[in-house]
Amino acid sequence: MSGVAKLAVRVADVVPVNDLVTRFRFEARDGSLLPAFSGGAHTVVEMDDHGTRRLNPYSLMSDPGDRSGYEISVRRDDAGRGGSLFMHRHVRPGMEMVLSHPVNLFGLDSRARKYLMIAGGIGITPFLSQIAQLSRTGGRFELHYAARNPALGSYMDRLQAAHPDRVQCYFDDDGQQIDLARVLSRQPIGTHLYVCGPKGMIAWVLGTAERMGWPPQSLHSEEFIAPPVGQPFTVELAASGHTLNVGAAQSLLEAIEASGVDAPYLCRGGACGQCETKVIRCDGQLLHNDHWLTPEEQAEGRKIMPCVSRAAGGTLVIDR
Amino acid sequence: MTLTPVAPTIRSRPVYAPLAAVPGHLHLVIADGEGAEAVTDMLERAPDAAGFLALTHFLYCPGPTGTDLSDRLQALGAMQFFRAPTIPALLPRLQRVLTDAHMGSRFYLAGSEGLIGQAERDIMATGFPFAAIQKEHRGSTLRRVQCVHCKGITENVATDPFQCSHCGLNLFVRDHYSRRLAAFQGVNIDAEDPGEVPESVVRFT
Ligand code: FES
Repeated sequence: MSGVAKLAVRVADVVPVNDLVTRFRFEARDGSLLPAFSGGAHTVVEMDDHGTRRLNPYSLMSDPGDRSGYEISVRRDDAGRGGSLFMHRHVRPGMEMVLSHPVNLFGLDSRARKYLMIAGGIGITPFLSQIAQLSRTGGRFELHYAARNPALGSYMDRLQAAHPDRVQCYFDDDGQQIDLARVLSRQPIGTHLYVCGPKGMIAWVLGTAERMGWPPQSLHSEEFIAPPVGQPFTVELAASGHTLNVGAAQSLLEAIEASGVDAPYLCRGGACGQCETKVIRCDGQLLHNDHWLTPEEQAEGRKIMPCVSRAAGGTLVIDR
Repeated sequence: MTLTPVAPTIRSRPVYAPLAAVPGHLHLVIADGEGAEAVTDMLERAPDAAGFLALTHFLYCPGPTGTDLSDRLQALGAMQFFRAPTIPALLPRLQRVLTDAHMGSRFYLAGSEGLIGQAERDIMATGFPFAAIQKEHRGSTLRRVQCVHCKGITENVATDPFQCSHCGLNLFVRDHYSRRLAAFQGVNIDAEDPGEVPESVVRFT
């Protein structure tokens, strides 16, 4: 299958972090070191959920200096398509699983003088590996981390204990919010901003920074979107001659893969651009959910990102 | 006078575009010689020139061929105006301003490639993305060239080939440019057949 090379791993540890988040540690089945990665990288976890194949991207949160294992933290999404529920309910220590090689779409720009990090909820995970990396190299950073309340602030204690003067926490339940304009206005020239969290937060941070004169090249964000659940629809694969039905809880990419057609992907979250596919005809409407195509490209309707986007109201014909 | 045209050659050869006012809390405008006209042209197009000038710090020096439009820039009434006699005298002031600058500052460079390149190098060294630095080449096309053999830099090169002012080798002036050194690269032209040097022509003025 497409995507990057696979790693055969065994689940070494499953640790509940709080009511919603569980941490998983994976080690190579043959005991070797895992491939090196850099802070901000993610891996795609393959799950065999009782016959349904699920591939979900998760940021690596462990120290990039430690190649004896990879750690991820998964937030349970009870209304999601089932990947996070599978991880929480069925993944146990000792289980054999398959991960993709790490891919970094949210790497630290090593030219920056300082890193301003803004995290919301489970969006903290890429920052954990980035901060571990910066702690080794002595890089300057400042983290602003918002969570619903202290109990759901995963790894807040650990971060505040290790970096008391660099980590600032905020709790939605207490009505606390980062004073973004103030924080943005006092960053030394050469600072790069990294934001990861819910969609609304990312849009607010990037929009405010841009209005305050931060150039786009200094702004970095990451949000993996889970493929949204939608109405079933029909797709014709022009190159391979298949006609398929895409189920309500299935992504277009998953449907293509289930039919045995090899389709490219990397992130499976609408962020990397790898799965871009030409639309040959669409009788209905394209429902774009990705971060990759520009708004103009989305409006033109000549391309689709099958990992997260769908169609509705008529047949879709794509070049695959 | 408008933007000095640059024939596209190799990818490393810098290209330029007209300056445009963008949002920011400090506008650092660095110019030499005819670059002052790029600045006044930008202000004519700017939606709020007065508001822009109230946040503007000018660093200016005469161009390599002597053009000095200091009076014109000073008369604009910007928040701060600094005139240096030469580029080497201007750069320490830029360093000083960069030490205290915050994100939200924007950079506009205009004039000779020597000034633009050296200011870009110093701004870039702070970690500020070089692609967000605006650059408009005006006036003199004299080049700042590094001898790839002795590493010495010769300013205001007019002819090609020319003799390295440090080691004396005859150098062919390439379009190959180093952002880090802020210089075009000069390569020995008679290495195989010493003394066989093509006639030098004035390529840069
Ligand atoms: S796989 Fe990355 S955008 Fe679709």
